[in-house]
Amino acid sequence: MQTFLSDPVTAITIWLQTLLFSWGIPAVWVQLIMIIIGSLIVCAGAMFFVLFLIWYERKVIGRVQDRFGPNRLGPFGIFQTIADMLKIFTKEHITPLGADKIPYNLAPVLIMGAVLMMWAVIPLSKTTVGADLDVGILYLVAIGGLGELGVIMAGWGSNNKYSMLAAFRALAVLISYEVPMVLTMLIPVMLSGSMSLNGIIAAQNVWYIAAAPLAAAIFFISQIAEVGRAPFDVTEAESELVAGYNTEYSGLKFGMFYVADFLHAFTAALVFAVLFLGGWRGPGAEQIPIVGFFYLFLKTMLVHFVGVLIRASVPRFRVDQMMALNWKFFTPVSVMLVILISLVDKAAALSQEIWRSLLIFAVNGVVFLVSFRLLDIFTTRKERPSVVTRQLPVAVGAPQRRNPESGVSS
Amino acid sequence: MLADWTYIGIFILVALFVPAIAITFAAILSPRVPGTLKQSAYECGMESVGKSWIQYKSQYYIFALVFLVFDVEIVFLYPFAIAYNQLTLFAVLEVILFLLILVAGLVYIWRKGELEWA
Repeated sequence: MQTFLSDPVTAITIWLQTLLFSWGIPAVWVQLIMIIIGSLIVCAGAMFFVLFLIWYERKVIGRVQDRFGPNRLGPFGIFQTIADMLKIFTKEHITPLGADKIPYNLAPVLIMGAVLMMWAVIPLSKTTVGADLDVGILYLVAIGGLGELGVIMAGWGSNNKYSMLAAFRALAVLISYEVPMVLTMLIPVMLSGSMSLNGIIAAQNVWYIAAAPLAAAIFFISQIAEVGRAPFDVTEAESELVAGYNTEYSGLKFGMFYVADFLHAFTAALVFAVLFLGGWRGPGAEQIPIVGFFYLFLKTMLVHFVGVLIRASVPRFRVDQMMALNWKFFTPVSVMLVILISLVDKAAALSQEIWRSLLIFAVNGVVFLVSFRLLDIFTTRKERPSVVTRQLPVAVGAPQRRNPESGVSS
Repeated sequence: MLADWTYIGIFILVALFVPAIAITFAAILSPRVPGTLKQSAYECGMESVGKSWIQYKSQYYIFALVFLVFDVEIVFLYPFAIAYNQLTLFAVLEVILFLLILVAGLVYIWRKGELEWA
């Protein structure tokens, strides 16, 4: 009973394992069945958790915009997304004429699958981790690339010019922002000396956001771009590209894109919490694993909340601004950050962790100040002609004769 | 170790299987009333002109090339990052030299003006 309360997942696993063994099933099959049940629970659980996430995000954005948000169905409108889900199940699936059927139908599955696959390596508490790969970070990067494949397949398969343009733009943005993201992921790996996510958590006696805040900020912003949310949502800029690469989708196929978007935002926050906020660590999490689960959830919701606030309050960048921001600011800054941190840390060779963290923090601060000073020097805001003092065109009473010299018809 | 990769392999299959099942289930539930107008490509009510699989701007191609160079080099940096705590200062300097080559590539393409989204 004590173990069940402190660590229910392990307790249930052991109970199920002994139950299957007692039925006389061979050991290999027991393991296989356990893996299948585990991954089914994680996948289905994540997808149902999205129901809560959608409600939560609509509610927060509603409050930001001085609205109530969903408030009709159930207490605080919490059943609204369940009703939406039931409705979208009965919507017609319209396939546009001339669509490339295989990529068109595969894209929503692939995008949703790519987000779900990330959950395989993320440690949810001390004992609850799907597979603690020793190349966990590399796995996350690789799976991130799979989602981009889904985007281009959706755009290509739809036989629609808007989808195609949106997919190209989305792809350019996604692959560009992967560079600073992967570069800043290097810093936790460097400091902990491990690529397994549990190893990184175990090494975080000082949270890496305290040691390397600039790296954390760049990582956070590039993750927002990777997810494709405001202010980086050129991929679904309603005012220019209808709805982005998923314009032609309907029914649950569209629903998959929608769910994948929300789940990806949460998963990105989860990865951030693991890499920079110490994952499940906190007072008492070593002894009672279930407490660690709540710590991780709190940290993730905090990061996610900041993301939602940014989404609700910042206007959209143009695509050229986004590319310039990435290639001319984030990438050079993160390369410099990696170079300086590795050099200074190795040259100083401090053995005590707290001094080491302070030194890395100082390097981060210096890079931050220098890069923003350089930004001030090299980027000049273009002067726009003042509207107030300009001579405004005035309507004239009598219709003017056409002036043949100027070549402009009035 | 092998058990971990078995888990990953099965997890990938399940992660693709769950949305596929959901979509299939919805496809069975949903009505099917096709029509030419309904199924035509959505272009804000206009008739679609020409093919939609158009030739795209070469700018995308250049960004993809730059990304490829960066990403491959960064993957080379991960072994260094893992071994970082055991390395000597000299080895770190060597890796920094490697990174500076990367920076030189970025500076080259920046000076050439390929990073401008024209």
